[in-house]
Amino acid sequence: MTDIATEYAATGTKQKAKSLPEAVFAWLLIGPAMLFIAVIVAWPLAETIRLSFMEAGLGGEEYVGLANYQDLVESRKFHQTIVRTFYWMFLSVALKLILGLIGATLLNAAVPGRALFRVLVMPPWIIPMAIGMIGWLWLYNGYFGVLSGTMMSLGITDGPFEFLAYKQSAFYSAVVADVWVGTPMVTLFFLAAMQGVSRDLYEAAWVDGAGRWYRFRRITIPQIMPVIVSMSLLSAIFTFNSFEIIWILTEGGPRGATTTLIVDTYKTAISNFKFGEGSARAVIIVILLGAFSLIYLNVLKYVNRKYGTK
Amino acid sequence: MMDKYTKLQMAGIYAAVTVFLIFILLPFFEMFMASLRPLEHLFRSPYQFWSDDFSFQAYSDMWDTVPLLGRYIFNSVFIATSVTLITMVFVVPAAYAYARLDFPFKNGSLAIFLGVNMFTGAVLLIPLYRVLRSIGLLNTYWAMIVPGVAFLIPTGIWLLRSYLEKIPKELEEAAFVDGASRMYTLRRVVLPLATPGLIVVGTAVFIGAYAQQFLFAITFNQQRELQPLPAGLFEFIGYQDVTWNQMMAAALTGILPVMVIFLFLQKYLVAGLTAGAVKE
Repeated sequence: MTDIATEYAATGTKQKAKSLPEAVFAWLLIGPAMLFIAVIVAWPLAETIRLSFMEAGLGGEEYVGLANYQDLVESRKFHQTIVRTFYWMFLSVALKLILGLIGATLLNAAVPGRALFRVLVMPPWIIPMAIGMIGWLWLYNGYFGVLSGTMMSLGITDGPFEFLAYKQSAFYSAVVADVWVGTPMVTLFFLAAMQGVSRDLYEAAWVDGAGRWYRFRRITIPQIMPVIVSMSLLSAIFTFNSFEIIWILTEGGPRGATTTLIVDTYKTAISNFKFGEGSARAVIIVILLGAFSLIYLNVLKYVNRKYGTK
Repeated sequence: MMDKYTKLQMAGIYAAVTVFLIFILLPFFEMFMASLRPLEHLFRSPYQFWSDDFSFQAYSDMWDTVPLLGRYIFNSVFIATSVTLITMVFVVPAAYAYARLDFPFKNGSLAIFLGVNMFTGAVLLIPLYRVLRSIGLLNTYWAMIVPGVAFLIPTGIWLLRSYLEKIPKELEEAAFVDGASRMYTLRRVVLPLATPGLIVVGTAVFIGAYAQQFLFAITFNQQRELQPLPAGLFEFIGYQDVTWNQMMAAALTGILPVMVIFLFLQKYLVAGLTAGAVKE
């Protein structure tokens, strides 16, 4: 019996073997994409690492060892930038997740019009961020913007309030704009996950007399947990890397209040042509993101085991 | 029965949805309102919620104030289209390999592709700038197309792979047994079946390509005639006297292409983009 089966399987492969072997064919298909990524992403990445040990500018390069990193370690300003970046990331991601969860729950409610709501949620995700930020610049305008205008007519402030002119308000204004950009994606992923949860679970719980809140807590949340975890990481990476939002709203100001790691890197390398010092910052970003992903993968493994998917 | 809400609950849901949507749509609404106001009215302080002289004047004036506006919009669409076509050429074969074939280093190579998503262009700008300069692509369309393609390949592979996995294998196997070569099977059996998926993924890539141009444009391109819309408009915001109403009109006109595509395909797009979130 087994022999016949093996023989059958063998002839099966022999039939295929007259065209290309599977592995060769597969790599022929993947090769071009891999090569492209290697040239445009992997090589520049290696080059960034090399440059981080150089004093490099428009003129030329000179090997300086760890000097660029040494400067960063000793710089109080850089420490503040790191702290600010993480604060920016945690705050923004937390808000995106909370709003996304609320939004998805609302859109998942079986009320008339939800298909329309779903469409209306998407625009911030699909339009160019830079254009959305032009809108936010206008909203935050102290003299002519609707926010300051509303605050004035409600008597919260006496005069015009320039949201982007003060350190604190500029930072939180940028967070809000970033949350605005990121929330639609989180919402729609949560919504898709919620709609994938089997109705039987809810019905069984309902028959047993479980209320909505109970069903949400004990069925919805555990069932979509893997998606919550993936979305946390994805948004964390996006938020950490978020450049355009800050650049257009404040260019990192006022007085550095919105300068995150990525903005600092851009300012150092591209605006000031300090390629070496900029590269050292870029390498630190890569290390942080790498560490981050490792932690996340382990959490995801744990979550998947705990909630029994795959 | 289970889904039935009381009137009060319904009211609560709609109220909450309204608040949520106000947050999401307020910038668009305000941009639109600003685009309708005459300039002297726009700069009236304190802020007025309603003006009685709304007009669409800005939508015709903007072409004179920003002489290159038409060019910017064309550039945006042109760059996004080129990025999409080139990306798909790389993505289709690779996604097929990941969906159907078994080969050494499969998971490892897929992880490398997805790892690219971790970096935004910003981390790699310095060497990319030098690479593009040394091969003479700086200040050309290619300076914006090439990096754009690199950063969309991973997403494209990921999305198309999950689509291809859903196509039943039997047809391919039948063609195979009949003696068709692998390439022939891919071209004549798989691709026709995958057309809806190709359109969805292509659209997603196009939207991504349309959205990501700003950073590459302000860094790798100094030539004004080649600038895509966001970068072109950004330049104007730095000017002394920004004609905000026309700026808003131009910005809204500029997102029209993606909005139209999105509205037509939104149902499939949402399903395609969030495919990974749903358990099989």
